[in-house]
Amino acid sequence: MKTNLSRRRFLIVSATASGALLVGWRGGRAQDLPYLGAREEAQALGAFIRIEKDGDVIIGARATEIGQGVKTSLPMLIAEELDVDWNRVRVEQLPYGYVDTDKGPSNKYGDQGAGGSDNIPSAWMELRRAGATARALLVQAAAKKWDVAAGGLRTASGFVIAPDGRRLGYGELVETAAALDPPKEPPALKNPDQFRIIGKPTKTVDAADIVTGRAQFGIDAYLAEALVAVIQRCPHLDGSVDKLDDAEARKVPGVTDVFVMPGPKPDEPFDGALAAGVVVLAENTWAALKGREKLKVEWKPGPWSAESSAALAAKANELLDKNADGIRVRTDGDFAKAYKGAPTKFEARYEMPFLAHATMEPPGALVHIEKDKALLIASMQQPGGASQMISTLTGIPRNAIEIRLTRAGGGFGRRLQNDFVAEAVLIAKAANGKPVKLIWTRDDDLQHDFYRPYGIHALSAALDRKKKIVAWSHRCAATPRPYRDRGKLGRPLYIGTIEPDDFPAGLVANLDKSFFPVTSGMPRGWWRGPIHTFHAFAVQSFIDEIAIATKQDAVQLRLDLLGSPRKLTYEGEARFDTGRLAGVLQLAADKIGWKEKRSDGHGIGIACHFTFGGYCAHAFEVSVEGKDLRIHRAVCAVDVGRPVNPLGIEAQMMGGTIDGISTALNLAITVKDGQVQQHNFPDYPLLRMAQAPQNVEVHIVESGEEPSGAGEIGIPSVAPALANAIYAATTVRVRKLPMMPELLRLL
Amino acid sequence: MPDKPAVSAKPVRHAKPIPNPPVAASASEKTLPLRINGKAFFHNGDPDMPLLWYLRDVLRLTGTKFGCGIGYCGACTVLVDGKAQRACVTPVRALSGHEVTTIEGLAGAELHPLQQAWIDEDVAQCGYCQAGQIMAAADLLRTNPHPSDDDIGKIANLCRCGTYPRIRKAIRRAAEATKK
Repeated sequence: MKTNLSRRRFLIVSATASGALLVGWRGGRAQDLPYLGAREEAQALGAFIRIEKDGDVIIGARATEIGQGVKTSLPMLIAEELDVDWNRVRVEQLPYGYVDTDKGPSNKYGDQGAGGSDNIPSAWMELRRAGATARALLVQAAAKKWDVAAGGLRTASGFVIAPDGRRLGYGELVETAAALDPPKEPPALKNPDQFRIIGKPTKTVDAADIVTGRAQFGIDAYLAEALVAVIQRCPHLDGSVDKLDDAEARKVPGVTDVFVMPGPKPDEPFDGALAAGVVVLAENTWAALKGREKLKVEWKPGPWSAESSAALAAKANELLDKNADGIRVRTDGDFAKAYKGAPTKFEARYEMPFLAHATMEPPGALVHIEKDKALLIASMQQPGGASQMISTLTGIPRNAIEIRLTRAGGGFGRRLQNDFVAEAVLIAKAANGKPVKLIWTRDDDLQHDFYRPYGIHALSAALDRKKKIVAWSHRCAATPRPYRDRGKLGRPLYIGTIEPDDFPAGLVANLDKSFFPVTSGMPRGWWRGPIHTFHAFAVQSFIDEIAIATKQDAVQLRLDLLGSPRKLTYEGEARFDTGRLAGVLQLAADKIGWKEKRSDGHGIGIACHFTFGGYCAHAFEVSVEGKDLRIHRAVCAVDVGRPVNPLGIEAQMMGGTIDGISTALNLAITVKDGQVQQHNFPDYPLLRMAQAPQNVEVHIVESGEEPSGAGEIGIPSVAPALANAIYAATTVRVRKLPMMPELLRLL
Repeated sequence: MPDKPAVSAKPVRHAKPIPNPPVAASASEKTLPLRINGKAFFHNGDPDMPLLWYLRDVLRLTGTKFGCGIGYCGACTVLVDGKAQRACVTPVRALSGHEVTTIEGLAGAELHPLQQAWIDEDVAQCGYCQAGQIMAAADLLRTNPHPSDDDIGKIANLCRCGTYPRIRKAIRRAAEATKK
C-alpha cells in the first residue's frame, strides 16, 4: 500500500468506497500508520489527488490562500506531472492536516502556512512527485489491463496511450490503479520542455466563486447556535480594565453576556489574547456592536503611558549619535580604518514608521470548543500555530482539533499571529458550550496589530579616489521585531529589521552592520517582505545619493558593485546570485528608458532588491505638481526563477508595486501617551484607484532556475525607487516614510 | 446569530412574494418588508440593523463584505434601486419600498458582463473587496456605459491587494462587451 518517497513523509494510495483513486502523503513511519480507508471520502478531500471513475480529477490545495495565488499554482504542479487537462481539474481546499507520528506532531499535507514566500519552493519537488506517482500508477494499471510493458506507454491529457494507438482514460483505470503497489522509487519527473501547465498563464481557480459572492472567507463561516463576540480592547499598551459599567450594554436586545478578559502580563511571552478587554456576547453582530457601544469602561494605563512616536525617534537618534557599540550583525574587514583614510565620505539617516497590516478582511475566528474536541474556521496564515494555541488553552489534544481553511481576505503577515484564535477560544470557554464567532472591526484591527517595527537606519560610506565604495556601515536603531516570542527569546534581537547578508554585504571590503534595540510596548510582527521592505529603502536610497553626489550613473554604480555574476553566501548558503540582481536592474533600466533625458519636471528613479530567493527591480517616472505626486510610469522587472504561473506572478508584482506605493506615500502608525493613534481607513489611507498608476509594466525574466515564491518579492524596491524618482524630478531627497507628508514639508 | 432562532443556511424566502412592497408593516407584526434580489423578506429584529448585517447574519448572503463599518472602504457596496450604496451604514428601516441587489443577485441567466470581465482579466487576488468593486462598477456602467479613465477612477472602493489596474481593464472590457 505504501512506499517511502521521502525521509519525512510516505505516499498513500487507496480507493474510496465508490472506487475513486486517492493519492496523498502521511507523516511518520508507514508501518505505524493506520490504514487509510473509506473515511477519506468525507466531504473534505483527504488527499492531494482524487480521480473519479468518470475521469474527473480533484486536486487538493494544501496551503492557505491569502491572495498570493497558491490555491491555483500548487495544484498546477500536481496536474502537470499527473498529465491531465487543467480544465478537467477541480481544486478543493484541504483542511489542516495534523497527524501524530512516532516522531511527534506532523502534517500529512506538508507545509500549509503562508510565510516567507515559501509555498512554491517547498512544493516544487514534493507536489510534482505526488502527481508523477499517480501518473505512474495509472500507466502500470493500463499495462496490466493490456498485458504489455509499462515502459512503452505514454500519457496525454488524462489518457494512457499504447504504441499501437489504443487509449484508456484515467477514469477507466482507477480501480486497477488503486490495487497496485506504488512505485518503489520516485518516478521520473517531466523535462521542463514537456511542461504544458507549468509556465502557462492560469486564472485564479476561485474566480467564478469570487465574482458571484460564493467564495468562502473565514468571516463567512456560520454555525447554528453560534454567538457573536466583539471585544472592547484596552487602548493603552499593556493596560487593563479598571472599572466596568455594563448595565446599559446588557439592556441591548440580543446581548447575552458581558465579561472582562485579561491581557498578557507585561514582558511575558505572548500565548493568548493580545490585550485586555471587555467581551460582549450577543445573538448577532449588530447586537454585539451596539452592546459594545454602550459599555462604560475606565482603563488603567499600562507601563508604557509615556511612549510616543516622538520619544521613540529621539531615543533611536540618541543611540545612533552615541556611536557606541550595538549588537554586532556583520563585520567584514576594518570599517573604521578604511573610513578614516578615505577621501570621500557620506552619511545619511532614514526613518521607517510602524505599519499596520490592514487586511481587507479583519481578523476573526469561529470556534466551537466541546469537552474533548474543537473546531476552528478562520482566515489564517499559520494553522499549525492555531492548532497549538487551541490545545494549550483547552487541553484538547491536537488530533481532536479540526481546522477548516478558507480563503483569507489578505494576510500580509497579520495572520501569522493567532491572537484572534486565542481570544475566540477563551470566549468560547465561557460560552457554555456554544460556538463563538469573534468579529474584529477595523478600529480593533488598526489599534491592536502586530506592527511592522519602527526604526532609523544610519548609513555611512567611504569612496576611494576612483569613486569606488571601500567602506560601508549600516547601523539600525529600531524596536526589535521579536515580541514576546515564546521559546524564541534567545534569538538575536535584530532578526526582522536588519539582514546580515543583504546587498552590499560581500561586495564592499570593509563593512559593519550593527543593531541598537529601542524599547517599546508596541506589539511587533512580520509585515510583507518584512526585513526587506524595512531596510531596502535605506540601502537603495543611500546608493542613489552616493551616485548623484559623486556624479556616477546610479545604475552603473550598482552594476559595478555587483560585479561579475556569482553566488554570494546568504544565510549560510551560496544563494544570492549577483548576476540575476544585475539582470533585473538592467531590464528595468532598459524598459523605463534610463538613458533618455526627462524634461518638464519629470524624473526617473530605480532600485533593486533580493527577497526570499527572488530578484526584483522597480523604476518609476514621476513629477510633482503642486501638492500632488504623479506617477507616469511604473516598471517592475522580476526574476523568480522558472515562472509557474506567469499570470499570478504578474498579479503579485502589480499588487506588490501598488501596495509599496500606497505604503510608502501615506501609511504610518503612530503612538502617543502609550496609545495607537489610528482608528480606521480615514487615518490609515490606503491608495485609491485614482491615485494608483493606471498600469504597472511587469517584465518577468524567462528562467530555468528553481522557482521562488512571488508574494513578497515585488514590494521592497518600490519605496526607494519612488524616493529616487522624486529626487530626480525635484532635487528634494525624502529620507523619512511615509513620503508625502515629508515631501510636502521639504518642498 | 439570526434574530430569530433556527434560521437555515439558505435565505429565508417568504412564501408569498408581494407584488409591491407595502407602505407599512402592520404594527402588531412589527415586521419590516424588504425586497432583496427580487425576493420579499420580512425583518422582525432591530430596524436600525445595518443592511450589511441583515444580509450576512440573517439571510446568510455573505458575498457582501465587512471592511470598515463607516461607509469608507466600499467592501459592502450593494445596489439600492440600481445605485451603489454602502450596506454597512444603511439601516434596514430605510430600505422599505426599495429594491436591493447584492452580488448574489447581480447575474441573470448569464453572468453580468462585469462578472465575466472580472474572470477574463483575472482581477481577484485575495478576492475580499471584489464584490463591492463589481457593484460599484455596475452602478458606474448603468449611468455611464462608456466611462473614461477618469470616470473609472471615481470608484473609491479600496483594494488592499492592489488590483486596480486589472479592475480598470475589466471595466473597459465589460463596457466593450455591452457595446456589441
